[in-house]
Order: sequence, then structure tokens, then C-alpha cells
Amino acid sequence: MSVTTTTSTTGTGAALAVVQAQNLGLTFPTADGDVVALSDVNLTIEKGDFVSFIGPSGCGKTTFLRTIADLEQPTSGTLRINGQTPENARKDRAYGYVFQAPALYPWRTIEKNVALPLEIMGHSQAQQTERIKRTLDLVNLSGFEKKYPWQLSGGMQQRASIARALAFDADLLLMDEPFGALDEIVRDHLNSELLKLWDRTKKTICFVTHSIPEAVYLSTKIVVMSPRPGRVTDVIESNLPRERPLDIRETPEFLAIAARVRDGLRAGHSYEEVV
Amino acid sequence: MNRILPILTILLAILAFWYAAAIWMNAPWQNTLNGRADLTDVPFLTFAQQTWGQDKPVLPAPHQVFAEIWNATMGLEFTSRRSLALHAWITLSATLLGFVFGTALGVGLAVAIIHNDASDRSLMPWIIASQTIPILAVAPMVVVGLGAVGVTGLVPKALISMYLSFFPVVVGMVKGLRSPERIQLDLMRTYDANPWQVFWKLRWPSALPFLFASMKVGIAISLIGAVVAELSNAAGGGLGVRLLTGSYNGQTVQIWAALFIAAGLAAVLVAIVGMAERAVNAPNGVRA
Repeated sequence: MSVTTTTSTTGTGAALAVVQAQNLGLTFPTADGDVVALSDVNLTIEKGDFVSFIGPSGCGKTTFLRTIADLEQPTSGTLRINGQTPENARKDRAYGYVFQAPALYPWRTIEKNVALPLEIMGHSQAQQTERIKRTLDLVNLSGFEKKYPWQLSGGMQQRASIARALAFDADLLLMDEPFGALDEIVRDHLNSELLKLWDRTKKTICFVTHSIPEAVYLSTKIVVMSPRPGRVTDVIESNLPRERPLDIRETPEFLAIAARVRDGLRAGHSYEEVV
Repeated sequence: MNRILPILTILLAILAFWYAAAIWMNAPWQNTLNGRADLTDVPFLTFAQQTWGQDKPVLPAPHQVFAEIWNATMGLEFTSRRSLALHAWITLSATLLGFVFGTALGVGLAVAIIHNDASDRSLMPWIIASQTIPILAVAPMVVVGLGAVGVTGLVPKALISMYLSFFPVVVGMVKGLRSPERIQLDLMRTYDANPWQVFWKLRWPSALPFLFASMKVGIAISLIGAVVAELSNAAGGGLGVRLLTGSYNGQTVQIWAALFIAAGLAAVLVAIVGMAERAVNAPNGVRA
């Protein structure tokens, strides 16, 4: 098992990890006692990685993503984003976050939705226009600038929300099951679009999913997680080429990685029913 | 045509019912009058016409009410003390001023409530309690009390209007400003947006539909507040005073005319708020 071990070098150096978690833990106090959402997570994500987090509900994959985004506070261990605390990284606008739902503002057109972070971050009108055009091109939504969200299909809405996350040029893209609510045909299409986008922009992507084919198809690194307590059970480095046509999913290499993901999930008792 | 026909049918039914009720309710007095004049065996049609033409009928016939409205608005100088248009204007100005005050107060309180947990818990019970006090009891105290310290005219009436109209606005706006979903607030946090930006770019636009719904209720009860306040100050004029003097003098036609003007005013005001709502929504792409 190639469980990534983190070295204790933090803070400086050219090969700075984008995300570095050491003994990270997060416990939610609830009325029924504490819930351990994350326990002893050690993980390093390098620049340009496409990392998928996979596991059943309650394994802490979304919580980990939210912790990176400073939307949840860890209760133990350390977490560094570009060598900074998550809070400082957030204030630096170090990442773009794509939620499970598009969360577009219904009273804004698509271009105005993409402009939202730019307005907040104080970009000039000219910069806004340029970036809106560039990012909408990137997600193939050119021509839909003046449409309102309700005039677009679910897949197009989620693409607009990806454009919004890309608009301010953060190097890290955090995606929380962005295609979970879409049908498989749209999802296949968006997956291959996302790979092209990742290849063109050289961004680092953290991607939460509970689809094994999706995780294997997209990732350079797959983090397998298990619930009760939420923890990392396996980290798989993918040896698939960067160029991935959709039918790569029938190759033996692909199936071998998928089998290993499944083994990892089984080892974490993820397939057992909760009583 | 498909829409006009049913509306017309209902209107005609109401008019027919009204005329019939006028005969029935005015008959006793008409019988007395006819008895005094030694008129007997009056044919039904003549009798009906008599009941529809009394000076102080129990229930005036529609044409009497509308003739009164016409004469008291178009037939008189605007400055005349008997001009319904003047009285309607007096009530309208108090209504509008009170509505503006009330909406501003309601929005202000809602903003304080959603941004501060302490004000949520301390203000909300008082706001609700304020609406359990009968306005008929409060209005004279406010009008007479302010009159004693020299504040008369528009402002005391506007305060009563405000007292009524801030309530739906505060309740609606608290709901509206809290309507953004968790995910939308999280999104603003990932941008490190400041509270000002969260308010103007997310909470305020989310609350607008709630604001307009509240304002429609608010402007209608603003009018009621102004009319009730006028009952306590007969010298000030207004539709409330017309209702009051009408009932003192048994001038039922005058009462009904004032009632119709008040109802018409309320309908027009609510329609104007509705038009403002559509004007604001149109560029925001809200589905009709």
C-alpha cells in the first residue's frame, strides 16, 4: 500500500505542497455525544494533482474538503494550504469552491453570476469582462452570458458554477460532488470536459465523489476513506496517462485501479450495513 | 371576452342583490312615510323607486352612493370642506407618510434582528406584543397626547399608520433576509466577502420578494391606521372624519361614499406596489 507519508518539512521550499494535513482530526459535539468526522488524516497534495476523495456517506470526505476551505475548523493536528493556515489561504482567495448544487443567484444572469467573486474581490470592469469571457469559454458556455440560471439545464448550471470558481484564477479547485445530481450521460461528458480543463489550466483539483469509475477516470491520486471514525484507508497513485478518452474505462489498467479502490472501501468496512 | 363575461355577471349579481336589499331594508321607513302621507296601495315598482330615493336610507342604493361620490369630488371645489377629494387626499398623505415610516422602521428592525442575536431575542416579543394592542385604543391616546404637546396634523396620523404597517414588513424581511441557503452563505465566505457585501449582494436581493409581499399588506393597513387616527381628531379632516360625521348625522349615503373611496384608494395603492414589484423584478429575470 502506498499510503503517503508526510515529511515534517512545512512552510518553506520550492516544492511546497498545496495541501498538507498532519494528524488532522475533527470532532463534532452533538446531543448524542461526539461524532468523529475526521481522525488522524495524513495527506499531501502536490501542485497539479487531481485528487479524488471517495467513500460512503459519513466518511468525512466533504468535511475534509470544507476544512481545507476553512468552512470547518479542525479540532486536532495541523493543516497547511500553500504553507498557510486555512484561514489565511481563504483570505488570500487561494481556492475556488464548487458545491454539490450550482448555487447560482437566480436574479443574476450567467455572466453576472461569474462576475460575483470578481465584484467582491474588487476587480476592474475591464478585468471582469475579460475573465468572464475567458472562463465561460473554458466551460463551453459562450453565448449564454445573458441567460438566467433557470433557462439552463442542470449540467449547464453546474458548468456555470465551475466558471464562477475559476474566474478569479485560484490555483486550487475544491469540488464537492459537483456532478452528483446529474444523469450519467451528462456526467460522462462533464468528466471529460473537466479533464481537458484541468490539463489546460494546470490547476490542482480536489474532487469529492462516491462513484468509483468517476474517481478512477479523473484522478492522478485517489484517497479512499471510511466512516466511523472518518479516516483515510488507502491512497492510490494512478498510473493512467494524462490523456484519457472515455473508453479508457474498459482497459485492464483502469479496472485494476477500480478493483483496488473497491478493496480499500471493503477494508474500511464501507460495504457493511450500519445497524 | 372570456374574462369580462364572468366578472360582469358577478358585478350584475351584486348590484341586483344590493337593490333588492335596499328595498327590504328601507321598506319600514318608507311605509311610515307613506302612512303619514295617507298613500295606500302604492304599486310595487313605485314603492321600490321610493325606497331607492330616500334622504337618509338605512341602505343607500348604488346609484345614490355613486352620485354622492361624483358630486362630492367632481361637483365641488377641491378646497371645499365637503369635498371628498380633499378628504381622500388628507387620508392618502397620512397613509403614504406612515407607510414610508413603517417600511423604513420594519426594514431597519429586520436588519438589526438578523445581524444580532440579542436584538432578535429582545425585540421580537415586543414587536409581536405591539400588534396585540387594539389600535382603536391606542390611536386616540397618540393623537390626543401629541396634540397636547403641539404636534397635530399629518404626523400623529402617520405614526398610527406606521405602527400598523411596520409589523408585516419586519416579519417578512426577517424571513426574507434569512432566506439565503447555507450553501450560498458558505460561497460568500469562500470569497472572504465582508458583511456589507453579503448583505447587498446576497441577503437583500433574496429578501426583495418578501419585502413586496409585506408592503402590499403594509400599505393597506396603513390606510386603515390613518382612517382610525382621524376618528380621534374631527377637526383635521380625512375620510375617517367623513365616516364619523356621517354616522353622527345619519348621513348613510355620505358614509358609504367615504367607504367606497377608501376601498378604491386601498386597491389602487396595493396595485401600485404590485407594479413597483414587477418593475423591480423585470431586470432581475424572475419568472412571472
